[in-house]
Amino acid sequence: MSTTVPVRLKVNGVKEEIDVQPRLLLVHALRDRLGLTGTHVGCDTSNCGACTVHLDGRAVKSCTVLAVQADGATVTTIEGMGSEDQLHPLQEAFWNDHGLQCGYCTPGMIMAAAGLLAENPNPTEEEVRHALEGNLCRCTGYHNIVRAVLDAAKTKSATVAQQQEVTA
Amino acid sequence: MSAGGPEAEIARIAAKAAHERDTAAAGIHVGQALRRKEDPRLITGRGRYVDDLTLPGTLWAALVRSPEAHARIVSIDSSQATERAGVHGVFTGQDMTNLQAPLPMAWGPPGVEVRNPPHWPLARDKVRYVGDPVAVVIGEDRYRVMDAVEDVLVEYEALPAVVDPEAALEEDAPLVHEELGTNKIHEWPLEGGDVEQGFAEAEVIVERRVVNHRTSGAPIEPRAVLADYRAGSVTVWSSTQIPHYTRLFLALMLGISEEKVRVIAPEVGGGFGAKLQIYGEEILIPWCSRRLGMPVKWVETRSEHMATSHHGRDQIAHVRMGAKRDGTITAWHVRILADMGAYNMFLTPLIPSLGAFVMGGCYAIPNVKTEIVGVFTNKMSTDAIRGAGRPEATHMVEVTLEQLAQELGMDRLELRRKNFIPEDAFPYQSATAVVYDSGDYEKTLARLLEHVDVDAFRREQEQARRQGTLRGLGFSTYTEICGLAPSRVAGPPIVGVQAGFWESAMVRVHNTGAVTVYTGSSPHGQGHETGFAQIAADRLGVDPSVVEVVHGDTGFGPEGRGTYGSRSLAVGGESVAQAANQVAAKAKLIVAHKLEAAPEDIELRDGKFAVRGSPDKGMSLADVAGEAYLGIDLPEGMQPGLEMTNFYEPENFVFPFGAHACMVEVDTETGKVDVVRYVAVDDCGPAINPMLIAGQVHGGIAHAIGQALYERIAYDENGQLVTGTFVDYALPTAAELPSFETDRTETPSPVNSLGVKGVGEAGTIAASAAVTNAVIDALRPLGITYINMPLTPMRVWEAIQEAQNGGAAA
Repeated sequence: MSTTVPVRLKVNGVKEEIDVQPRLLLVHALRDRLGLTGTHVGCDTSNCGACTVHLDGRAVKSCTVLAVQADGATVTTIEGMGSEDQLHPLQEAFWNDHGLQCGYCTPGMIMAAAGLLAENPNPTEEEVRHALEGNLCRCTGYHNIVRAVLDAAKTKSATVAQQQEVTA
Repeated sequence: MSAGGPEAEIARIAAKAAHERDTAAAGIHVGQALRRKEDPRLITGRGRYVDDLTLPGTLWAALVRSPEAHARIVSIDSSQATERAGVHGVFTGQDMTNLQAPLPMAWGPPGVEVRNPPHWPLARDKVRYVGDPVAVVIGEDRYRVMDAVEDVLVEYEALPAVVDPEAALEEDAPLVHEELGTNKIHEWPLEGGDVEQGFAEAEVIVERRVVNHRTSGAPIEPRAVLADYRAGSVTVWSSTQIPHYTRLFLALMLGISEEKVRVIAPEVGGGFGAKLQIYGEEILIPWCSRRLGMPVKWVETRSEHMATSHHGRDQIAHVRMGAKRDGTITAWHVRILADMGAYNMFLTPLIPSLGAFVMGGCYAIPNVKTEIVGVFTNKMSTDAIRGAGRPEATHMVEVTLEQLAQELGMDRLELRRKNFIPEDAFPYQSATAVVYDSGDYEKTLARLLEHVDVDAFRREQEQARRQGTLRGLGFSTYTEICGLAPSRVAGPPIVGVQAGFWESAMVRVHNTGAVTVYTGSSPHGQGHETGFAQIAADRLGVDPSVVEVVHGDTGFGPEGRGTYGSRSLAVGGESVAQAANQVAAKAKLIVAHKLEAAPEDIELRDGKFAVRGSPDKGMSLADVAGEAYLGIDLPEGMQPGLEMTNFYEPENFVFPFGAHACMVEVDTETGKVDVVRYVAVDDCGPAINPMLIAGQVHGGIAHAIGQALYERIAYDENGQLVTGTFVDYALPTAAELPSFETDRTETPSPVNSLGVKGVGEAGTIAASAAVTNAVIDALRPLGITYINMPLTPMRVWEAIQEAQNGGAAA
């Protein structure tokens, strides 16, 4: 177990090179090696989704990916989604709609929801609920999370429509 | 200046403000659905939970836990583990004999013997449940320390395990604690009126065996502890709801003077009661840090959480409800066997008693008796989980009442109305030894029925049934007891918790008029930083954006009691209001002095302390703070500075209430239950922030739907935990739950100046009965009249099979 393997990643736009134990999970590489503690761990069976990040643009649970598997990949974590000055529409919607309480599941929820909206920009409530099935929240009963995702979808399509209008 | 000087004058003006109930109603910020001040850091990944914190040189801890439910520890061989590279130490219970006391159990009801064997952070001699820790391994790496755990060889001599609480009371049952000679912990009764007489007057009696199964709190953040012992002082970061109690017991158990112990609950990722505890790991990890002279961190895995963070519920109750033919309930008798697991933890045996104080629910039942027997078994301990005793009580009274309605052939809402405590009877002396502060149960039910058309539902239900689909509608009208609590009742004299239940606040105005509020309550998602800021802002004439609420750090602010029992707003928030009133009172004296007006003529208007009738004559809080800190021209005898500390002791509990309705659809082929609609009308007094209330209600309902339909902690007959991960323990997901329809009525509490009641647990307390009643309503056409939770597809399918096979056991 003492051998390490070099891994190259691009995380939130920054190139990273780290030497890792082959068994190191991506989530621990992000948290313990790169200091990106916004990605959380809530279970040990890949049920809770608190660790969801984007790997080459797709939402994945970073507790089911080895860091070595991510070699050469582009990773986006919650820290790369927006800043306090310029929030991502999902972050704004979670704030507006009280889509979080303790905040622990929130980064994973936002990343999973972003994954959904990338594939399906105008989901129905039913589609949002099913898309978030892999992300557990104990505080909100999901009511306001679902509302936030639907509201973010509206804002995003409004933004896109506006941009199209400008370019037209 | 009147006799007594400025201090007395400040107290007089502040007290007057507290009695002016219109303060809250006239609030600018109170009552608004303000976006949370907590959220910017949380939605950007900049929250700091315990596992996010690492100090230079931090070592990792992992625990060696018992795979046996009941066994004698024959030997522990840690030599192989110790030899691993990077391992700094392996410690067992025998290494920890320098602890000054065992883990605390805080309940000692007057006149009741509660058997309380010692409970140590690491087991000594015997293990008593699967997961009981026997050793701790400390090493340099999160993964390698787990490898080393595998190398600790523990030899066990297995003993017969007792898992079933009823079997635990049998003569020849294995003893969890041999030295006690019995598994029985205690017997605790509460009787009001005369139930025997009540049953003698009854014309109809309904009896049921109500099982309220074991559940897990399951916050998404597992527990975590980071400890840093240096030069006689220790700082401990713990994911806890009660940092001040954690400090107290760290000091007592480790033998460190209390001022040298600092406990910080940083961002806490949910609690639900599971973090209202003094856990062995919270003592063990600081002990290891002291022993090794290095910071040590331990983070619970989810599997550890399911096995070793305390569970909730687990009661078997025999209930009897007696009534006249006209529906008047004459007697209500509940006998509870409560499975406490292997050890008494912080409040373990108390929990069922909390339900007893509201066992009569929102009904004027003259004769109510609750008898509780607590028993040890070879399982994890139970303790407070969201609602703590009151969900069980509500479930019993609300489900049994609908059973009674069926028996009487009476409409269940009519039966409720017949027995409701009338609105003009408050404050109401219940048969269960408490005084309900305020209520208007007719009003919430009437509001519920504005949203739920029962007749229309009945028509749809009938139509659906003809098409082969079973639908059901269930109700729950509840009240609960929260806002813990008046110390003279909840404390040693009556309920018997060996503690006071006040809460503290300190309001500090800075030089610029910015404000810091220190609260002794310790939130973990509730939104205190926002709600408390709204309360303080209105009283000081500032915007909530310049009010910072500091919590969860014993290094700052006054002593506190923490967050549990839906107490934070009704007790902690009221303390903030009172401290802010005291600051405002001092500000008024300063303004009166500066502007040469009478203190009575100074009022807060448009962000200024202004002279009544001369709106242009006034000072902002910043102006006042400037004078207070300059300190050269203050009223005679007044100290400089502008901050006040308040300790608020409530005169009574508060009793929120409401009416919930649940509609379900049952798939008869699979037994699967779907919640189609859930409507909740709750009354927790006037809103400080209605958005936060709705959030609490949503989460509370989801928690109870989870228990009613999906979640169950299950052990096999050998005491092996069979629901040890989120694969087997089914927390509801977004796909299982509906959107909730919520509404509120506002009946102020006379107990506090805000008029508020708690709402953190109300949804959980109300909802399991509404769901269960709905499922029974759906299944009734099949001849099923009663069913216990959890209403999993298997349980419901079996009930259907049994009913279709003419009652033969499935």
